[in-house]
Amino acid sequence: MTHLERSRHQLFPFHLVSPSPWPITVSFALMSFALSLGLTMHGYIVGNSVLFTSIILVLYSMTMWFRDIIAEGTYLGDHTLAVRKGLNYGFLLFVVSEILIFAGIFWAYFHSAMSPAIEIGGVWPPVGITAIGATELPLLNTIILLASGATITYSHHATIEGNRNHALNGLFITLWLIVIFVVCQYIEYTNAPFTISDGVYGSVFFAGTGLHFLHMGMLIIMLAVCYWRMRQYHFTTGHHVNYETTILYLHVLDVIWLFLYIVMYWWGA
Amino acid sequence: MYIQRWLYSTNAKDIAILYFIFAIFSGVIGSTMSLIIRLELAAPGNQILHGNHQLFNVLVVGHALLMIFFLVMPGLVGGFGNYMLPLLIGASDMSFARLNNISFWLLPPALVCLVASTLIESWAGTGWTIYPPLSGIQAHSSPSVDLGIFAIHLTSISSLLGAINFIATSYNMRTNGMSYSKMPLFVWAIIITAVMLLLSLPVLTAGVTMLLMDRNFNTSFFEVAGGGDPVLYQHLFWFFGHPEVYILIVPGFGIISHIVSTYSKKPVFGEISMVYAMASIAFLGFLVWSHHMYIVGLDADTRAYFTSSTMVIAVPTGIKIFSWLATLYGGSIRLAVPMLYAIAFLFLFTIGGLTGVALANASLDVAFHDTYYVVGHFHYVLSMGAIFSLFAGYYYWSPQILGLYFNERLAQIQFWLIFVGANVIFMPMHFLGLQGMPRRIPDYPDAYAGWNYVSSIGSVIAIISLALFIYIIYDQLINGLTNKIDNKSVVYSKAPDFVESNTIFANNSIKSASIEFLLNSPPAIHSFNTPAVQS
Repeated sequence: MTHLERSRHQLFPFHLVSPSPWPITVSFALMSFALSLGLTMHGYIVGNSVLFTSIILVLYSMTMWFRDIIAEGTYLGDHTLAVRKGLNYGFLLFVVSEILIFAGIFWAYFHSAMSPAIEIGGVWPPVGITAIGATELPLLNTIILLASGATITYSHHATIEGNRNHALNGLFITLWLIVIFVVCQYIEYTNAPFTISDGVYGSVFFAGTGLHFLHMGMLIIMLAVCYWRMRQYHFTTGHHVNYETTILYLHVLDVIWLFLYIVMYWWGA
Repeated sequence: MYIQRWLYSTNAKDIAILYFIFAIFSGVIGSTMSLIIRLELAAPGNQILHGNHQLFNVLVVGHALLMIFFLVMPGLVGGFGNYMLPLLIGASDMSFARLNNISFWLLPPALVCLVASTLIESWAGTGWTIYPPLSGIQAHSSPSVDLGIFAIHLTSISSLLGAINFIATSYNMRTNGMSYSKMPLFVWAIIITAVMLLLSLPVLTAGVTMLLMDRNFNTSFFEVAGGGDPVLYQHLFWFFGHPEVYILIVPGFGIISHIVSTYSKKPVFGEISMVYAMASIAFLGFLVWSHHMYIVGLDADTRAYFTSSTMVIAVPTGIKIFSWLATLYGGSIRLAVPMLYAIAFLFLFTIGGLTGVALANASLDVAFHDTYYVVGHFHYVLSMGAIFSLFAGYYYWSPQILGLYFNERLAQIQFWLIFVGANVIFMPMHFLGLQGMPRRIPDYPDAYAGWNYVSSIGSVIAIISLALFIYIIYDQLINGLTNKIDNKSVVYSKAPDFVESNTIFANNSIKSASIEFLLNSPPAIHSFNTPAVQS
């Protein structure tokens, strides 16, 4: 093969993606989000419409970006084994960074809880705070999450074995378990005897569980997309990166919840 | 066409060029701020800021944030990392090319947020550490601090995505035969930097987000009245902040290793131990954060621990310095500009490291804390460490990247100017610090006038050198090919001849220790459509 001839073929397994407008769109939408959030919080912008517009912009550009990836991975066959390996590894690293964010919040929790300040009575939970009982709604939530871990494993195994019905059912049940979890969290928050403004206890409690809550919201979207894609025959027994990353995310969030449950609902109450 | 190539880019090389342009742009602003600071401090009393001390604080914040997040990180990690890492491991591009693009494109929005914060009300005069309660809503009621926090959020997302990309690329896309132990040191440096970014940035994000919520959503993380503790913020910040200073310098270690090897015409002494040294520095970097907080009321045991763990870092750093010296030893040394910078780096970074060992002692730091001694120390390791390696890397790789050569004579003048300038600025700061001059203060007693004046003169010398650097880039772009003809001896001194006894290599017309100089100059858009093989 001459040099010229060789250059017409790609002799490596990686995917050279085409230029895409979405990265720059997402980043400038994020800038718009940051600026409008900052100005809205201080009353320079009245009302939330600018803020919501920029959130919609972020979500829209992200959706378009992911749509492109789905097209490349599923229809164009760009996701070779090597590319899949890279994607899974990259997502794993992203999850590591997520764990570190939670580590920061746990740090804040322990810093505040292990030697409670005199301003809150030197006790934890602080004087005047009625903590949420660990054996009430949070216990149900824990059971729901553990169950969701089981059902998604069931669905994953069915996917690998090519059993479409079982895979779909397992994923469907998982999706609804997570939805139920989020609804239960919502009920717990609206009925909580304290708010995020009630001293450091409320702050660290709602920061920890609230961040997890937001992640569960994201997880619902991811599971729903996976369910839709599975119904559309996008996943094969060997190629379902989207599903694998979602499963990893679910398990990690489950484990983080277990830590949250043990620390914030049980030990800290 | 241009929009496709530059705005929608999925090419690590183009993105790296964008990073360079952005880094130089922010670097110019940041350097100008430092000049204004030095002019204000040139003599006691109000000099050029008309007594506006909040403005002085804002300049200090702006200088630090611009230099750290908008010059060194985009330059060393974003620029050289993106350009050289795929080339050095024989990959056609980065693993996630679009993610790479958003890594860059989050930076201009971050800069917009930072600049916007200086346009609103009374700006953010909090120090780059943004400690509450000074950065709290009572002391800084304007949205300026919030926008500054958002700037940090955006740069953090940018660096985090970049870090994921670097790790995944070097894990997954190494060319055939390129085992971890054969990877060039710069690649290792970037991987280790990326791991530090991955593990430390989320903690910073958590910390500044809590601060944001304290300011705007009535939480009490750092609010004493609600049972919170401002010291918590310092812990979260420095758990990021200490790895961050290694993030700034470790890519420089990588660059210096390549340069010292090339211009000594010897392989790096102890390559594997260099990797382990960098990894140890990174690991230990996560265990020493409270040495920034010796005077917040840590107990004696804690301070003893942080003193000793900090001093342990001198061991791997010493391994690196002595390995570089051993590389130089007996080598056929060519004093081209990159090598001048590398040798200056070895000398001055060591000075900064030694003052660092002094500062590591809690008992001494109680006296040195928040004095100019600290400022002198970290400028020796950052200004003469990170920035010198940035210059070194530029002079080393830019001819290959651009296919155009800089004017060697002008570049040597530029080196000597900044070498003299930087030392004249920062060496007196140690003396001022030992005499007790506090940092971040716009005025001082007359007793400090002498060395401050000297320091400010150094600042002007350094700025002249930077202006000359801008001209050198201009000259390189305009007269690059003429410069190549005029500087033959320097141009060809890159080829290492430590392999010349090897007959196969002796018969080869092209010789190189690492792969990047074997490619076209400038390299093709995606360099390796035929995968390279590492022997």
